[in-house]
Amino acid sequence: MHQTLRNILHLGLKELRGLSRDWVMLGLIVYSFTLAIYVESKAMPESLNRAAIAIVDEDHSPLTARLFVAFQPPYFTPPVAISAPLMDPRMDAGVDTFALEIPSGFQSDLLAGAHPSMQLNVDATRVGQAFTGTGYIHQIVTAEVQEFLRRHRDVDTPPVDLILRARYNQRLDPGWFGAITHVVMSITMLSIILTGAALIREKEHGTVEHLLVMPVTATELMLSKVWSMGLVVLLASGLAIGLMVRLILGVPVAGSVPLFMFGTMLMLFATTSLGIFLATLAGAMPQFGLLLILVLLPLQVLSGAMTPVESMPDTIRFIMSGAPNTHFIVFSQAVLFRGAGLDVVWPQLAAMALIGAVLFWLTLRRFRAFLR
Amino acid sequence: MTKGPPGQAGDAGRGAPVVVVRGLSHRYRKIQALGGVSLDLPAGAMVGLIGPDGVGKSSLLSLIAGARAVTRGEVTVLGGDMRSARHRAQVCPRIAYMPQGLGRNLYPTLSVRENIDFFGRLFGQGASERRARIATLLARTGMAAFADRPASKLSGGMKQKLGLCCALIHDPDLLILDEPTTGVDPLSRRQFWDLITDIRDERPGMSVIVATAYMEEAARFDWLVAMHGGQVLATGTPTDLLARTGTATLDDAFIALLPEADRAGHHRVTIPPHDFPEDEPPAIEAEGLSMRFDGFTAVDQVSFRIRRGEIFGFLGSNGCGKTTTMKMLTGLLEPSEGTARLFGKTVDARDMAVRRRVGFMSQSFSLYSELTVRQNLDLHARLFGMAPETIGPRIDRMASDFGLIPVLDTLPGALPLGIRQRLSLAVAMIHGPEILILDEPTSGVDPVARDHFWAILADLSRNEGVTIFVSTHFMNEAMLCDRISLMHAGKVLVSDTAENIIRSRGVATLDDAFVAYLQVAIDTGESPEDAGARPAPPSPPAHSFRAAPRSSFSLRRMASLSRLEAIQLYRDPIRAALALMGSLILMFVLGYGINMDVEDLSFAVLDRDQTTLSRDYALDIEGSRYFIGQAPLTGYDDIDARMRAGTLALAIEIPPGFARDVARGKPVEVGAWIDGANPQRAEIVQGYVQGMHATWLARQARRLYGDAATMAPFTLETRYRYNPNVKSLVSMVPAVIPLLLMMIPAMLTALSVVREKELGSIVNLYVTPTRRAEFLIGKQLPYLALAIVNYLTMLYAAVFLFGVPFTGSLLTMTAGAILYATIATGMGLMISSFISSQIAAIFGTTLLTLMPALQYGGMIDPVSTLQGAARIIGNVYPTSHFMAITRGTFSKGLGFADLAGSFLPLLIAVPVTLALAVALLKKQAR
Repeated sequence: MHQTLRNILHLGLKELRGLSRDWVMLGLIVYSFTLAIYVESKAMPESLNRAAIAIVDEDHSPLTARLFVAFQPPYFTPPVAISAPLMDPRMDAGVDTFALEIPSGFQSDLLAGAHPSMQLNVDATRVGQAFTGTGYIHQIVTAEVQEFLRRHRDVDTPPVDLILRARYNQRLDPGWFGAITHVVMSITMLSIILTGAALIREKEHGTVEHLLVMPVTATELMLSKVWSMGLVVLLASGLAIGLMVRLILGVPVAGSVPLFMFGTMLMLFATTSLGIFLATLAGAMPQFGLLLILVLLPLQVLSGAMTPVESMPDTIRFIMSGAPNTHFIVFSQAVLFRGAGLDVVWPQLAAMALIGAVLFWLTLRRFRAFLR
Repeated sequence: MTKGPPGQAGDAGRGAPVVVVRGLSHRYRKIQALGGVSLDLPAGAMVGLIGPDGVGKSSLLSLIAGARAVTRGEVTVLGGDMRSARHRAQVCPRIAYMPQGLGRNLYPTLSVRENIDFFGRLFGQGASERRARIATLLARTGMAAFADRPASKLSGGMKQKLGLCCALIHDPDLLILDEPTTGVDPLSRRQFWDLITDIRDERPGMSVIVATAYMEEAARFDWLVAMHGGQVLATGTPTDLLARTGTATLDDAFIALLPEADRAGHHRVTIPPHDFPEDEPPAIEAEGLSMRFDGFTAVDQVSFRIRRGEIFGFLGSNGCGKTTTMKMLTGLLEPSEGTARLFGKTVDARDMAVRRRVGFMSQSFSLYSELTVRQNLDLHARLFGMAPETIGPRIDRMASDFGLIPVLDTLPGALPLGIRQRLSLAVAMIHGPEILILDEPTSGVDPVARDHFWAILADLSRNEGVTIFVSTHFMNEAMLCDRISLMHAGKVLVSDTAENIIRSRGVATLDDAFVAYLQVAIDTGESPEDAGARPAPPSPPAHSFRAAPRSSFSLRRMASLSRLEAIQLYRDPIRAALALMGSLILMFVLGYGINMDVEDLSFAVLDRDQTTLSRDYALDIEGSRYFIGQAPLTGYDDIDARMRAGTLALAIEIPPGFARDVARGKPVEVGAWIDGANPQRAEIVQGYVQGMHATWLARQARRLYGDAATMAPFTLETRYRYNPNVKSLVSMVPAVIPLLLMMIPAMLTALSVVREKELGSIVNLYVTPTRRAEFLIGKQLPYLALAIVNYLTMLYAAVFLFGVPFTGSLLTMTAGAILYATIATGMGLMISSFISSQIAAIFGTTLLTLMPALQYGGMIDPVSTLQGAARIIGNVYPTSHFMAITRGTFSKGLGFADLAGSFLPLLIAVPVTLALAVALLKKQAR
């Protein structure tokens, strides 16, 4: 037992020594936890960003002139005035996402109370823009028309007001979420690559075999990689949350950082095991690379980091409940933003521990076959 | 059966030299491989380059063959300057080059016949000519029986014979062989040289240049070049060299030729004989050991007993089962049958105690290159559980015994091979084991370092009683062992002392004895593989046709390259399946992953009014398909708790007196709390709530004030075009196809070229008449076909699995897809030209295709709204144009006429990518 622990310690120290000489990996770690988070957080676009809009103005009235000025960056590009026959080809080619058609006599009909109508054409193949953009355009046009009318006659105000308050992120700044998701993504990616690539490199150099003829067991070998690489990523992510996210990006962290670090530990147990598991499946570096793309991309995209899990079909949600980072995303949102405690997040912690244990066990079973 | 020396000594030096080298230097980054070599190699002779690994033999040969670009100095081959591309193109049909490594320029998945056939096609031979030549070559090398066996399933000796067939298919005037017999058993080695002799007898004008590490072979060549440290030590006939140095063997001659500093302290190793007590139990014992991997028997009923303190040699070719036997002895592999015992105890992978008594040194250098020499020793000492206080003194002792003191704090990678092997041995010995198992410890090591190594082994065995089990290729090392075993095709042929083995066959040398044993093994039919390997009676080549010297672009060569690639792809279904499955998997991932339709959001109401009207308000939200109502809220604490737990996306608070105030027309505020942790989801929730609130208001207003009051001053009608239900899938799927149709074909194409670079078969582009465009287009076509299949599967999935309506012209879309796939594969070729490892190709292609396609391809933001450089990239990068075609045909019902503007840039990009790839690909290695 004593010797086992010592072996795990020394083999882990060996991993750390090796990593300390691998400048490319170190660079990747530093980059992922600093600059990449910063860029990701700052570059997260608002939901509507420079949407292309064109106006077919057949009215040429002071009111329509106001509308041209009303659409402004960053939400919209300055509107392009086009003639009616140009509208369809431009939308077909995907140049404009929105085209607002104002019939002639709109302003006079409006003032006469004749309830004129205008038409908004939306290229719904760009769903994101179509959805939010239409809302904005409605608001902007209505506001402009109301404002215009107010100078001419009174308008009823609605009796019931809806007061919207967003909790945990009052301004709904997507950068906050972006920063945290990026930390999660970096944790997943680095822990898988660090352990997986290290194991394959050892196999290619023949050092794994060498170790296994010594009084060292496969379990010790795997645990040494799990703790050493896990520690590196844990420290880096701790610093990333403390320095990068909190201080430099100014994202308020509501919950307990130690609890977050504890969850990260369980997550790292699962992902480092996954890294070793993928390495044993792949056997060689090129296959590992292909496998990595097929595994990392779904992990990142479907874990709820990019889009809400509510938007996914049940089957995919079910499959993704077997992935550690689905639980980790829920966990880190709850802890970091909502300040949730252990009483709330224990199911996620349990899930991560279970997934880690299963992966570790599977890997151990495959380990010897992998050495052939 | 032994023939005379392969060369006719008298031929040497006659006529003009075939190769003239003047002041040739070559360096790989920091390493100087050749330092100012000048040589004249005689024509029509058998010239040998001798010296251990890393002295510059391979560099010199590849420069002569034209596989590597000459950077400094001059190389004249067959009367022309090899720096001129024109001359290289002219002479390459007259040169054949077989690089180092077993079957390194062969294609492992292709059969023997297909491999030779491919080379014949490259040299422009017609079908009937190829058939005749292949038949002759196969008959002469005795490989006719294995014509349909894949190259990867051949033994080392067979691979080398196949390599020779491929080299000889075009009747070269200059044959360049780089260590053709390293790792090959003695019988195959002998057959190989007999074959060369026969061919030279028929074509006396042919010059042969061979590099070898075996001095016994070199002794039979016409003329030798001894090399050391990138310099030529001496040249001359073997007799010359022996006379000049006053030595009896070439090994000794070579050592004598070395500079003083390099042979300091060298003396020949002799191991005193030793008497082993018969009654002592054996240290190592194998009984009927067998190992089978899926139907293939690697080790077959191997038995031996090794006594304490004995040096036991294990000889055999590569792949004969030596390493597998050693792995079974160490417990790395569980034997399929039989038992292995160390110190009388059955080897058990879980028995840690036995492992402490054994030291193992594996074939490949297996020390940590990122740890210093001292750290390596220290780590191993700790893993063997040595007491910490004993470790320091033990390391010092080992360092002085093995001569490692000056290098204790260096990284192993910086040390010469000989010292690294000594370090490996020191590591294997750190815990003072009683048994040492050494797998080819000295291959590639120079003779001085090898003698030094064996002196240490002798000391360990005789003075410390360590039992040593060692495998080797070298006969002079085998002679030093107390006993030896010869292994062939998984079986032990004989186990005895060297003298007894030689005597039992009545021959002069150990080499001859082994050949005799191998012959018996083959004759008794135990190894059908090499049956009939004895050269068939020579028959003159069927054709004396000369390959057309220099030709322009040849469709035929291109087709043969395509054929080769297609066969390889077909035989490696993992790659093809991954390509097809991969794109489907990723399509699902992205199709659903970038989905904006959010439904089933949880919400609850804090209703402080509890009237019909307040319930009506809540019901409105609950009734929508977006929200699922949860148990009502009891107060602010409840909101806090449930939101913190993440079980509420939205909480609605209706104030007391809500119904009363609405009836009176008094302003009322309804509160909505949204979970903002995920801002994207929050915004969607916000939009839904606002919409439902507005609908509710309108209904109430109509109820309270009548229709007129709610009549807005104007209406804004919204027409969602192309995708009336604003479904994410309808929008995303047509956008995902261009992404995947760019990334996956580009990656596979890049990998196919980079794989050849990594495995070594790229040398066939360098030294055959293949032109770059033929090579690239030949590679591209199969992947283009695969990409089109890929496209069709994605199209099928989009329409039938995702249910995305297809409204436009299928023909237009398909035409666009073919153009786009051509560009994608072309980009893969372009990327492959500056990347040399497969892993870098995977990540490089992802970065260079996926990123621009995602960011600037118009998937989320239309190119028209991009600014600055992003806009230029967006306009140039083909994805945006193909995306216009997919969206146009899928959702907008368009055809050729409407999308002509998007086709033009694609049509331009096809030749541009290919031209760039051709321009960037190098026809020689650096």
